[in-house]
Amino acid sequence: MRAVFRYFRRNPSLALGIALLAALALFVVIGGILVDTEDARPLSVPTLRAPSWAYPFGTDRQGRDLLAVMIAGTPLTLRIGFIAGFLGVGLGTVLAFIAAYYRGVLDTVIRGIADIGLTVPGLLVLIIIAVSIKGTLTVNQMAIVVASLAWLYPTRTIRAQVLSLRERGYVEVARLSGMSGPAIIFLELMPNLLPYLAATLVNAVSAAILASIGLEVLGLGPIDAPTLGMTLYWVNFNAAMINGWWWWWTAPTVIILMVFLGLFFLTVGLDEIANPRLRRSA
Amino acid sequence: MQAAYIARRFGVFLLIVWLAATLNFFLPRLSGHDPVHSKLLQQAALGGYVQSGIEEMTREYERRFGLDKPLWRQYLTYLNGVARLDFNYSIANYPRKVSELIADALPWTLALLGTTTLLSFAIGSLLGALLAWPEAPRWMLWLMPPLWALHAIPFFLLGLILTYLLAFQIPLLPIFGGYSAGAVPALSWRFGWDVLQHAVLPALSIILVATGGWALGMRGMMVTTMGEDYVTFAEAKGLKAPTVFLRYCVRNAILPQVTALALALGQVLSGAVLVEVIFGYPGIGTLLFQAIRENDHFVIQGVVFTVIVALGFTTFVLDVIYPWLDPRISYRRA
Repeated sequence: MRAVFRYFRRNPSLALGIALLAALALFVVIGGILVDTEDARPLSVPTLRAPSWAYPFGTDRQGRDLLAVMIAGTPLTLRIGFIAGFLGVGLGTVLAFIAAYYRGVLDTVIRGIADIGLTVPGLLVLIIIAVSIKGTLTVNQMAIVVASLAWLYPTRTIRAQVLSLRERGYVEVARLSGMSGPAIIFLELMPNLLPYLAATLVNAVSAAILASIGLEVLGLGPIDAPTLGMTLYWVNFNAAMINGWWWWWTAPTVIILMVFLGLFFLTVGLDEIANPRLRRSA
Repeated sequence: MQAAYIARRFGVFLLIVWLAATLNFFLPRLSGHDPVHSKLLQQAALGGYVQSGIEEMTREYERRFGLDKPLWRQYLTYLNGVARLDFNYSIANYPRKVSELIADALPWTLALLGTTTLLSFAIGSLLGALLAWPEAPRWMLWLMPPLWALHAIPFFLLGLILTYLLAFQIPLLPIFGGYSAGAVPALSWRFGWDVLQHAVLPALSIILVATGGWALGMRGMMVTTMGEDYVTFAEAKGLKAPTVFLRYCVRNAILPQVTALALALGQVLSGAVLVEVIFGYPGIGTLLFQAIRENDHFVIQGVVFTVIVALGFTTFVLDVIYPWLDPRISYRRA
């Protein structure tokens, strides 16, 4: 335990990131016990009340208790991020290893697709996909839509890492001693990339949450789910800013800020573990 | 060599255009969504009576729009239209063509995005370079944590906060739109000033966030560059500090930044779309938002296609400029 704290002192970004995310987790868990999340549905409480003891975060125009909305919505938004992030990094890792370890035509094709895909504004492609799907999306479908582009960036960066790793001496030794390709990938390359993969995953989760909130603000999200992005959609839809209903957008804004800052500092901290050379230059 | 390089880059650009068009054509058809049918049903529902001949009407419209022909014929017709920037009519604003709507909105977005990207790139790179430079003033170090934190925030969220502070609490700047409600768009000083005032908040929310990213990237590159032997040699020769800073360090550290710029444009644009929606800024983002609300498929497709092509073209231009910035690149096969 003491060693953990000593390490946190050397790597304050990691500590800050974990602290922010832990605070959110506590909020959701304790809130889930104390507050009835059924109040996150429209028409369950009086409309447009400013924060008070009864409704600490206030209520919105459709009669949702915003505290309940935040408690129910934060995990939903994080779920979209995690599903899409895991799918993206998983697929990206497989493609990156195939491309970088075996090279050849496959490499050219995979790298080409990733390079071209990255220059295209992702949100717009996601819009076309979301619009093409019939009916309204569920939270899980939303995650899959976002995941459809989430593998591009991981593929590109992990491929570059593998390319530099495969030239190392120990990989050469493993190859010469007759180890098969998959064995080298799983036993020699993968363990050395784990910290880097973790940092990439956090990045991908953050990007996926950003993309999902973007789609939701545009009105392409799961209309009946109380996610953070949908809350902002209703804020914009009802012009809460101009009408002076400040509490309506404050709660989701603060929570989204905590999510992004927490994930960002977590990546910075993980980067330092994955890439100790940064320490000298920082 | 130069010509081959440019040709190759142009090939990539054409590939992007073709992919965007193809995606636009096939994705909506994969879902089996019938825009004509659903639009007619919607209209009938609005009219309040159930039309008996709606199936025949759908067929008639499909014949007129050429939707009854085989898929490959439709695809060729579509590509032909797209090549002439003809995206059909807007369903929601019927007599207007999609290309007209886009032509109205595009200048706003181009101006907002061009200015903010150039400004944040210039300010951020300079700031990042200074942050790494040991002779820079000490107080600059205090800029690091806020820059870091800002960099992690989505543009539009900062936009919300700025609006509340600078337009609602202290009514310094207008909250909404691209110009005042009563103003008539004209080339006059008054209208220009009005537009400028409305652009400050959206621009600020992009610049503040983006600057942090560029500063962080530049600082990282500067640290590496300053460790190079030629910088030590330049200092040993007794060159003046500003010369070493600008011509030896910044000149080399800026190269990866330009590469990053080409990659970042897509993300900046995705973010700017939402900023426009939040501020009701009359650009591409708001057009897209309205089209999504009104289920106007042709406008959505037209906007997405135009933006992808515009971005692909910008990337192409950056690629062509790049060898001029970095003479080594044209001799390497990229």
